[in-house]
This record gives sequence, C-alpha cells and structure tokens, in this order.
Amino acid sequence: MSDNWKRLILPPLGIILLLLVWQWYCVQFKVAEAVLPKPTQVAGAIIARWDLLLEEGWVTLKATLYGFLLALGIGIPIAVAISNSKILNWMFSPLLIALQSVPKVALAPIVLVWLGTGIESKLAIAWLVAFFPVVIDTAAGLQSTPPELLELARSLRASRWQIFWKVQLPAALPFVMTGAKVAVTLAVIGAVIGEFIGSSEGLGHLLLSATSQINTPLAFASLFALAALGMLAYLLVVIVEWLLRPLLPPAPTPH
Amino acid sequence: MSFGELVGVRRVFEQQRYGRVVGEPLVAIDEASLSFEEGEFVALLGPSGCGKTTLLRIIAGLIPKTAGSVRIRGEEVTEPHPDFGFVFQTPNLMPWRNVLDNVLFPMEILRKRDQAARARAFELLEMVGLKGFHDVRPHQLSGGMQQRAALCRALVHQPTLLLMDEPFGALDELTRMEMNDLLLDIRARTKATVVFVTHSIAEAVYLSDQVLVFSKRPARIAERIAVDLPYPRSARMRYTEQFMALERRAGRALGIFHEAA
Repeated sequence: MSDNWKRLILPPLGIILLLLVWQWYCVQFKVAEAVLPKPTQVAGAIIARWDLLLEEGWVTLKATLYGFLLALGIGIPIAVAISNSKILNWMFSPLLIALQSVPKVALAPIVLVWLGTGIESKLAIAWLVAFFPVVIDTAAGLQSTPPELLELARSLRASRWQIFWKVQLPAALPFVMTGAKVAVTLAVIGAVIGEFIGSSEGLGHLLLSATSQINTPLAFASLFALAALGMLAYLLVVIVEWLLRPLLPPAPTPH
Repeated sequence: MSFGELVGVRRVFEQQRYGRVVGEPLVAIDEASLSFEEGEFVALLGPSGCGKTTLLRIIAGLIPKTAGSVRIRGEEVTEPHPDFGFVFQTPNLMPWRNVLDNVLFPMEILRKRDQAARARAFELLEMVGLKGFHDVRPHQLSGGMQQRAALCRALVHQPTLLLMDEPFGALDELTRMEMNDLLLDIRARTKATVVFVTHSIAEAVYLSDQVLVFSKRPARIAERIAVDLPYPRSARMRYTEQFMALERRAGRALGIFHEAA
C-alpha cells in the first residue's frame, strides 16, 4: 500500500479504534450515561441536535476567527515595533512576557466586567490567548532576516520602508505562518473561555448548560463539535498558507 | 587624479563585551593606500581574516573607516552609492523571489523597474548562461548558477564600480575557472571597474591588471604587483612562465614560502 493511501486511511482508523474501545468499555463495565455516554449515544445526540450544534458552532467559529484576526492585526505591528526599536523592545518585552504568564482564565472575569457578555468579551479573550505566539514568532522572523540581504538593501540605499516591505517581511513570513497556526488553535480555547465565563451562546455555553443538566451525551457532542471547529480553523490557516506558497520558501524536496 | 584613491585608510574595531569596551582595540586595517584607474581590474589578495573584506566594505560605504580617505571619482565615500554594484561571498538571493525578480531587486529599490530594466535583466541572464531560468527559484539552481544570478543582480543597474567579495570562494575549482572567464567577458563588455577580494593567488593573477597583496592582520599592503598579461586571457596562460612568475611573486609577498634570491 502506498504512503498516500496510508495517510488517508490510518487517521480515521485510529479514531474508529478509539471509539470501539470506548464503546466496549462502557458496555463491559456498565458505565452510567451521566458519567460517560457511549459513542453511539454521543452520535445520537449529534444527529438529534445537529442544527443546534451548527448554530452554536457558527457563533464560536466567528468569535474564534475574529479573535484570531485581531491577534494577527495587533500582534504583527507589535512585533514590528519591538524588533525595529531597541527602546520599545526593552520597554515592553518584559510586560508582554508578564502578560503571557498570567492565566487568561483569571483575566476573563475582569474582561467581562469591562466588555459585557456580548461577542466583545470573547474576542478580547481569544485575542489575549492568541496574540503572544504571533508576536514572538513574527519578531523572531523579523530578527532572523539574513544580514547579507539587509546589507544588499543598504548597499542600494534602500529606505527603511523598502527594507521592511521587500526584505524583512517576506523573510519573516514563514515565521508568521507558524505563529498563526499556533494562534488559531489558541483562539478556539480563548473563545470557549469567554463563553464559559459569561455568554449565553456558543459551543462553550452549550457545553456548560448540557453538563449542568447532566445531559452528558450533548456535552460530549459539543466537545466533538469543538474539536471539529478547531480543526476547521486550523485548516483555514493551512489553506491560506497554501495560497501564499509563491511567497514562502520551498519545502525541502524529499530525496 | 585616479578613478579610485585610498589614502591611509585605517579601521579599528573596539571589542565590546556587555556594552563595555574591553581589551586592546582590534586594528583590522592599518594605513592602506592604493589607487586604480577607470576600467581597471584590481584584486585584493590576502590570507583569510586579514581585513581585505573590511576594506572592500569601506570602499562600498557599507561600514565607516576610522581614519584616512576613500575617493571614487574624486568624491569621498561616506555611504553606499547606487553607482556601485556589490557581489557577496554567498549568492545571497532571496528564496521567495524567482531569478528574474532577484535580478531586478536593485531596480525596484532605485524605483526604476520598467520595461528597459526587464530587457536588460534578460540580456544579462543570457550573457551569464541563465537564459530560460528567469522563472526558476534560487534553490533549484546549483551554487555556480546562483552566483551567476547574483552577478546579474549586481550589474542590472549598470554600476561603474563593481565590488566583489570572494564571490567564487565557495565554488569548486572548475566552476571557479569558468566563472573567472565569464567575469572577464562581462567586464570587457560593460567596461566596469572591478575591485575583487580573493584569497586565491591564481584567481587574483588571472583576473587582474593589478594585484595588491595584503599582510596578515592588521592589513597592510605588502606588495603591489602589476599584471602585464594581455586581455582577453585564456586558460592556456595559466601555465606560462610569466604567469607562474607572477604567482610566485604573490606567494612570496604572502609569506607562503621564501626563496633563496
């Protein structure tokens, strides 16, 4: 069997295997539905509440993607600022690290007080969780511009603006993409934290209300929906990366 | 007055550790004086780490000098000049651009990327034997081909002074000899003045009108050798008595061997 086929068949096979073990365990040890529902029960809940999951999933996806875009939109300029100015770097880098070290869950109630229970809080929390890897990776990319390329630009008396757009940013782009991939998965977490703390919609809210009603099949259904949502968001970034491939360095060719 | 004139150029690097100056300052170049005429091919030959690259960068205006003067066409060089072309030790191409866009990079920076620039880029690519490779990314080219593309990039804005920093040092011997002939051919067509840093005696003698041999650090010009071999040069010349005598003279100046007079 070729490797391509294996790559296509093995991931679902892994999931099926896990589900089988899970099902067997529940049946064998007569686990109560409220503790751990059987995969078939979860599947039943997914089918029965399909529209609800889609509706709430859409809410969470929007919060995730907007929060992610916010992380890029604010993270990249911050990275540019701190990698071009020693003063800004020294002034704000410790602050950034301090901010990153604070558990975002701890900030969430404060954000809620400031921004209310609408989408704004979710965006703010998703942004808070997601923007750090964008800043760090972009700054690393900007600082790792080959010095010879900068010298080439300098030898032609390129302006700072030209150096940034034509040399530094393209050189940093692969790093930005790496940061974006990490950030988008974190943005999902941020959005769900926001929905946990104070929102009346979204998959996070659905999950919370389902568990409070001891409707564990629905809770698990929302968990699965969240996982699917996370993969979808990641896939979107991968697609963007694929579209940008003319600007990215080539993947190493296998020998 | 000569096209290029360096008088008493000196460069001292202060050694810093944790932002403080420590130890003795490092003298990279001590009192380098030389001159060259328009259209001349000058080789700066010396052991690696002797400061010849530093001197080239000073001529290019990329780094400041501590003392002395560098004049090109009578003008003191204090910053890079778009009339210079620089070729680096590595091809230094941008991996995200294809060959043509790499070659046209200087024209973009100078805001002169137009039809004429494109035509010239194609002409240069053909001249260096890269016809048909304009759409290819650098990683798909061999080291020699990459350096050819870099050469086109250095020439695309028609510089009058071409500064080359050991451009063929990373190439194998055969490719290097090929590139030497190519460079002489291009120089004959463009009439550019060339200052060429190398640590290969044969390369220095083969290419130049004038070889300046540097001593170990701090770099001082130990000897100036006028190469009176006629152009165009050919590989056959490498084995003539005259060529080998020049090589011996350069080798002696480098202190590689001592000959009983």
